Amino acid sequence: MSHKDMGGIGRDSQSLLYNHNKIWTKPFILAVIAVFILGTISLFTGVYDIRGQEDGMEMFFTTRIPRTVALILTGAAMAMSGLVMQLITQNRFVEPTTTGTMEWAGLGLLCVYLLVPSPSLMLRMAGAIVFSFMGTMIFFMFLRRVELKSSLIVPIIGLMLGAVISAVATFVGLLFQMTQNIESWFIGSFASVQAGRYEYLWIIVIICILIFLLANRLTLAGLGEDIATSLGVNYNLLVLIATGLISLAVGIVAAVIGYLPFLGLIVPNIVSLFRGDDLRSNLPWVCVIGMCTITICDIISRTIIMPFEISVSVILGTVGAIVFISLLLRQRRPRRIR
Amino acid sequence: MIKINDIKKRYTDSVEIGPLNIEIPRAGLTSLIGPNGAGKSTTLLMIGRLLDIDEGNITVADLDVSSTKSKDLAKIITILRQENHFVTRLTVRQLVGFGRFPYSKGNLNKKDEEIISKYIDFLKLTELENRYLDELSGGQRQRAYVAMVLCQETEYVLLDEPLNNLDVARSVQMMDHLRQAANEFGRTIVTVMHDINFAAKYSDRICAMKDGKIAAYGTVDEIMDPEILTDIFETEIQTIDGPYGKVAIY
Amino acid sequence: METTNNQFSTALHNKRRSAKAFRNKKERTRYWVLLIVLLSIGLLSSLGLLLYNNPVPVDSPSFIPVTKRRIAAVIAMAIAVICHSLSTVAFQSVTNNKIITPSLLGFESLYGAIQTSTIYFFGATALVNFSGPEAFGIQVTLMVIMSLILYGWLLSGKYGNLQLMLLVGIIIGSGLGSVSTFMRRVLAPSEFDILQARLFGSVNNADPEYFPIVIPLVIIVAVLLFLFSRKLNVLSLGRDVASTLGTSHRASIIYTLILVAILMSISTALIGPLTFFGFLVATLTYQAAPTYDHRFLFPMSLAIGFAVLTTAYFVMTHVVSAQGVVSVIIELVGGIIFLIVILRKRKL
Repeated sequence: MSHKDMGGIGRDSQSLLYNHNKIWTKPFILAVIAVFILGTISLFTGVYDIRGQEDGMEMFFTTRIPRTVALILTGAAMAMSGLVMQLITQNRFVEPTTTGTMEWAGLGLLCVYLLVPSPSLMLRMAGAIVFSFMGTMIFFMFLRRVELKSSLIVPIIGLMLGAVISAVATFVGLLFQMTQNIESWFIGSFASVQAGRYEYLWIIVIICILIFLLANRLTLAGLGEDIATSLGVNYNLLVLIATGLISLAVGIVAAVIGYLPFLGLIVPNIVSLFRGDDLRSNLPWVCVIGMCTITICDIISRTIIMPFEISVSVILGTVGAIVFISLLLRQRRPRRIR
Repeated sequence: MIKINDIKKRYTDSVEIGPLNIEIPRAGLTSLIGPNGAGKSTTLLMIGRLLDIDEGNITVADLDVSSTKSKDLAKIITILRQENHFVTRLTVRQLVGFGRFPYSKGNLNKKDEEIISKYIDFLKLTELENRYLDELSGGQRQRAYVAMVLCQETEYVLLDEPLNNLDVARSVQMMDHLRQAANEFGRTIVTVMHDINFAAKYSDRICAMKDGKIAAYGTVDEIMDPEILTDIFETEIQTIDGPYGKVAIY
Repeated sequence: METTNNQFSTALHNKRRSAKAFRNKKERTRYWVLLIVLLSIGLLSSLGLLLYNNPVPVDSPSFIPVTKRRIAAVIAMAIAVICHSLSTVAFQSVTNNKIITPSLLGFESLYGAIQTSTIYFFGATALVNFSGPEAFGIQVTLMVIMSLILYGWLLSGKYGNLQLMLLVGIIIGSGLGSVSTFMRRVLAPSEFDILQARLFGSVNNADPEYFPIVIPLVIIVAVLLFLFSRKLNVLSLGRDVASTLGTSHRASIIYTLILVAILMSISTALIGPLTFFGFLVATLTYQAAPTYDHRFLFPMSLAIGFAVLTTAYFVMTHVVSAQGVVSVIIELVGGIIFLIVILRKRKL
């Protein structure tokens, strides 16, 4: 992981503004070490005894390493997508599941299955990416048009929108007898990850680098079109690029892994709980905590009913809901009325 | 009479309103003025029972606002906030008709209809009475809501920044209406105002707040004093004698 | 103040002015015509569902037993319509939000979670035994108590906030969904089958055994909501105005939510989840009835709901013969209308 260079680029260009944000502080190094430890645990978790069996090493390289790499990449991708969405909308409850992006990706997958009998992973990804881009743009356009009474309305609408898209997907699935595809998609899982099936996830590294490069401008975009424009940022182009990056990440994850709820929401929020609200400087932290969170969830999903395994999305859905609600209730402080 | 006894409202450890002690006599128009965040609206909302009081008590016409039943208070005191949720399929007349709810519980009789007409005409909404609320301009809608609270025929009427979003002409018109309501119907009106000169021209009394406390309370002449105003707003303010009384210059 | 009243009113009062539910006679006539037309459509479709392709003639003594199944289905539809239409309209009014449906508020997943945890903790026999009117009653009571605790708590205190309540409700719904999925994964296949049958009810396999308890309950709740119409009119003006007009806002909302919870529980338990049906009906109702008054909104919503549901079933069963997809199609149409409504909004 090349955090050093990434962080460095961000710091150089903005050294005057952000010189207090040294990335490689002691806690951050500890967090990175935690990722390595969790990764190692993940490598040695499983029913198959890799040390006892003859083909142990082979199994290790075809399933365990790909799975762990996939976990780490996915965790970073989803957490960062959530953060970018929160930066653009200035709403801390926005992320791929609370905007319907994830559901759009699922619908895209389904449409690819419809058009092409047995589509390649590449095609499926393309479908998911295109649809999640469309869906996210629709949502952002809607947000810009509408005047909101409360920031809590945004996730409510997004979740409703997600339910609508799911209804559409169910309808299409039922019409063409593909309900099973949908159901298996909604149980996002790392169980089927193995060499040859996950390599596209490496694209996430590029996306992460790009997001680090754009972070400062995204913060400006969050101030709104008028302010951003007067500060010399091409707002529309930036939102378009950011949505593209998010869709790319979400689409790839949706095609390779499946539905992963709430990760993009809980990670940035937890990070800002202990680091404050400077979303921009939280970026590397969000990456690392995202990796930790999903790796822990995956380890739980593999061990909780050994020798079977439940899908990680179930764990994420449960844990995510609990964390989300406690975040909401923390917000329930008295607000001053003028 | 509105009596406020030692009330307090806590927001955080550092932000606190009170203790407040004040008596607002019957009849006439009283304005609450003060810088942003002084606690004017909070005080008004507590009098109007829209906000719970942490300590102390408020009585309106000898009824404790936190313990008296809401439906009984609705015949004595009413409050209008700046922004209201509005229903789309609701006409001006129907909205004003809701002012009769404390009495009729939704069953409007002939007398209710007469009272509704009276306040619609009073606020010059006669032509608009069958328009839906979303077909009105902001100022017209504001007037419709004021007509509704007046239609409630309560002794005490509280208005939170009634001039918000109104231009000068509309503001003058609104204040003329309120002044008239105080004079002709003998209402006791309490408003939160931002513009010192509007408050000075139309009020009988002014209560100035600062940092959650009452900084000054008295007649318009007493409060329209350069020293007091300068102190409250922490800005150099002079007063001069204008054609309608004292005018603040800043 | 009385004297001033009279002085003024004599001068200005105009006899023909009134603040009734409709703006003018034309709108009122339109309302009643539309209501009657929709009711007739609903009745015709339900008659069609009962009689079309029925091998037994109406005057034959064996008509009733043969038609029983169909009658049960139509009754189940009527119950679903009452539950979803009334609860969605009432819910949208008290929350001052025309884009939310109570079905997203976790009632359905709560039902699923109760069923799943019964089988998870007590085994399949418990679930099989846990049926019949008593079990149904217990379940509905349980759901009402849980929603009462949850919403009572979320709305209480000085930080009570409606939007927050909605969002927490939706998240709890999705969280419970995940927990249930987890528990279901652990079940043995035989247990899973029993559960599956219980969870995915539909109009056509609604259990008539429940009718004696469900029908009176639904009627009582519906009457209570109708009696609450005038309060709902005031509540739809928002918290501040409703309070200043003398309604105790929080108590009224909790009361409404309890009634909504009962209706949603019954509907879910009887015919399974229908997420956007209520939304569809409520949105059409606001278009069809140009009034704020719930005394007129409620009947219109019932007429629309009944017409939509029975016609959809009739067309899908006898014209296209694709009965299985009715609820999915209703969901789809409701969902698309949701999208249109959302995209046309300027302020939320």
